[in-house]
Amino acid sequence: MEMRTLHVKINGRDYQVPDGSTILEAASAYANIEIPTLCYLEGISEEGACGVCVVDVKGTRNLPRACLTKVSEGMEIWTNTARVREARKINVELLLANHPTDCFTCERTENCDLRDLASELGVREVEFPRTRTEWLPIDNTSLSLVRDPNKCILCRRCVNVCAKVQSVYAIDIAGRGSNSTVSTFLNEGLGNVECVNCGQCLLVCPTGALTERSEIPDVWKVLGDPDKIVVVETAPAVRVAIGEEFGMPDGTQATGKMAAALRSLGFNKVFDTDFSADLTIMEEGFELIGRIKNGGTLPLITSCSPGWIKFAETFFPGVLDYVSSCKSPQQMFGTVTKTYWAEKMGFDPRKIVVVSVMPCTAKKFEKERPEMKTAFHYWQEKMSLKDEEAFNDVDFVLTTREAARMIREAGIDFANLPDEDFDKPLGESSGAGVIFGATGGVMEAALRTAYEVLTRKSLPRLDFEDVRGLEGMKSATIDIDGTPLRVAIANGLGNARILIEEVQKGESPYQFIEIMTCPGGCLGGGGQPLSNNPDIKKRRAEAIYREDAGKPIRKSHENPEIQEIYKDFLGEPNSEKAHHLLHTTYHDRSGE
Amino acid sequence: MQINLEERLKENPVLRKQFDELDAYIDEKAGQQGSLINVMHRAQEIFGYLPDEVLAYVSTRLQVPRSTVYGVVTFYHFFSRTPKGRHTISVCLGTACYVRGSNSVYDKVTKSLGIKAGETSPDGRYTLDLVRCVGACGLAPVVVIDKDTYGRMTPDKVVTLLNKYV
Repeated sequence: MEMRTLHVKINGRDYQVPDGSTILEAASAYANIEIPTLCYLEGISEEGACGVCVVDVKGTRNLPRACLTKVSEGMEIWTNTARVREARKINVELLLANHPTDCFTCERTENCDLRDLASELGVREVEFPRTRTEWLPIDNTSLSLVRDPNKCILCRRCVNVCAKVQSVYAIDIAGRGSNSTVSTFLNEGLGNVECVNCGQCLLVCPTGALTERSEIPDVWKVLGDPDKIVVVETAPAVRVAIGEEFGMPDGTQATGKMAAALRSLGFNKVFDTDFSADLTIMEEGFELIGRIKNGGTLPLITSCSPGWIKFAETFFPGVLDYVSSCKSPQQMFGTVTKTYWAEKMGFDPRKIVVVSVMPCTAKKFEKERPEMKTAFHYWQEKMSLKDEEAFNDVDFVLTTREAARMIREAGIDFANLPDEDFDKPLGESSGAGVIFGATGGVMEAALRTAYEVLTRKSLPRLDFEDVRGLEGMKSATIDIDGTPLRVAIANGLGNARILIEEVQKGESPYQFIEIMTCPGGCLGGGGQPLSNNPDIKKRRAEAIYREDAGKPIRKSHENPEIQEIYKDFLGEPNSEKAHHLLHTTYHDRSGE
Repeated sequence: MQINLEERLKENPVLRKQFDELDAYIDEKAGQQGSLINVMHRAQEIFGYLPDEVLAYVSTRLQVPRSTVYGVVTFYHFFSRTPKGRHTISVCLGTACYVRGSNSVYDKVTKSLGIKAGETSPDGRYTLDLVRCVGACGLAPVVVIDKDTYGRMTPDKVVTLLNKYV
């Protein structure tokens, strides 16, 4: 359909812009003018809450908000008049009047949108007095996220992302007027409600109101303890994003530098979650094969994304039987390190500390789930351990941002480090393990293995292009040597909800479904570097698939270290021992 | 929470009756968009205020996220999340009442009842509210008790008045 175009003037120049554009969109797309805003997120948060994007329009008395006002025929827009500059400045000053002034020690000191804007607009003093006399309490209830309402400017981006992208609705604006806050139900705190810990709210927060619960001090402490054997594992999506924190181009594959930097921080072993991603594929792939062959519950739904797991437990307890019983790669890694590797090396499992670097905030919650103490139970009888001595399979989780912060703190010149390799054996991985970091990756990795196991034939072509790409929902029919396998993929929980409602009604046409909590999969996770590049997920995805293509081994079942762990320790995939160590259970949380 | 409520309903016929009444109203409104505020109004009439379990219950019944229910309830002054006393005393501090000395009336009420605006006396007799204009400026200063309006109030007169409401 032909789009009607309108003639408008922006700052004296003539432009033809599509009917229906807002002033903000038209100015950006046609006049190369970025009108500042603190609250706008295209398609997600269009509230006009911050009042920073005001512009002058000839013939109107007030200054309309560019984000909400549509262009009209003959409209004459001025984005940079004295009135506009003054109004924007006043609106920012009003936001600053009650804002804490601890910028030196704020986590967002280097990338705060509010601070940047105040600087860009030349705000040098705040004319308005503080009206808030008491600080509001900080919400520390979540294992993943910390919310400081004092730094909140009520832009509503977090509320809208939680509702519209994730369909979780954990937060909303409560109260009115100057007493408004972003709050959970009954102000119980993020840790006590349906929040799934995904951290998408944090990624869009323009200030330091939302941060991860930092575990940096704990990790420094164990790194300085000579009695501990501290090992680190890194998730697939971290290596293609961490370079951004050090000024490297978007989409840089920084795997070798990351391994070198972590070794320099003092980790005794630098291992890789990609290894346990391969292990996950073996377990989940064989679970799929088993369910297909034995007429088990289908579709099988993936279980690597802890935000999705809590979402299912909270909103769809009826589908938990469909969800794979496999632990996530992070948790499999912790268990294997403290059982298989400890045994192989003759280490006391109590001395091993597992730190994982994740693109994810929900992983901080996942590692604290009470059932994630499998290694302790494995050793309890053998070593006659008391219940009080229980330890987690994974001790600490750092986000990509936290790992970068530690590397900076140690003064390591990341971008110029020579590349190093991961340590063996838990650092060996296939390309299938790498693509876990992108939406569709777990599906593709599982298909590479399932195809060859089911058909006993070698795959003619490894790349399943149909399941790649950043669209929120994808489906495909894969030909397994004459047998069609119908698969679907969703990223972002709002999309997941649609697929899962079908499953709940018993109307799902699929045999295998991959769900990732975050838009784009792990590469868009809530623990990733904050970025202003609208194409950032694409760049990171490209890097992930380049990493896969460059791997000598690209199928999980061909990883020699995986073959060895089954031969020496686990037996067969889905063996009793594998089930005991690598699988888990879920709980109905709908009444919480 | 919901399981807990089921058990309490079994033990408490009064509560059961209140929830049945709420249920009937929700059934009447079922399927109507934007019925949340109406339902909350009715719930407050039935329970006298909006207990947390009622918020959770309405959220489930109307399939409205509970964070939204909480947001709406905390936005409107009319909704109360604490039990109301048998009598609600509203002292007007609007402009007309204020210039005619309603703040001294308000002070007297807080002293004699020992509660501030928004609070309920420990014996459950009174709830004190502040209002900004009730549209009876000609009678300023004004005090409203339950549904009755009293004009030309003074600190002395208000004490006598309160004693009439037991």
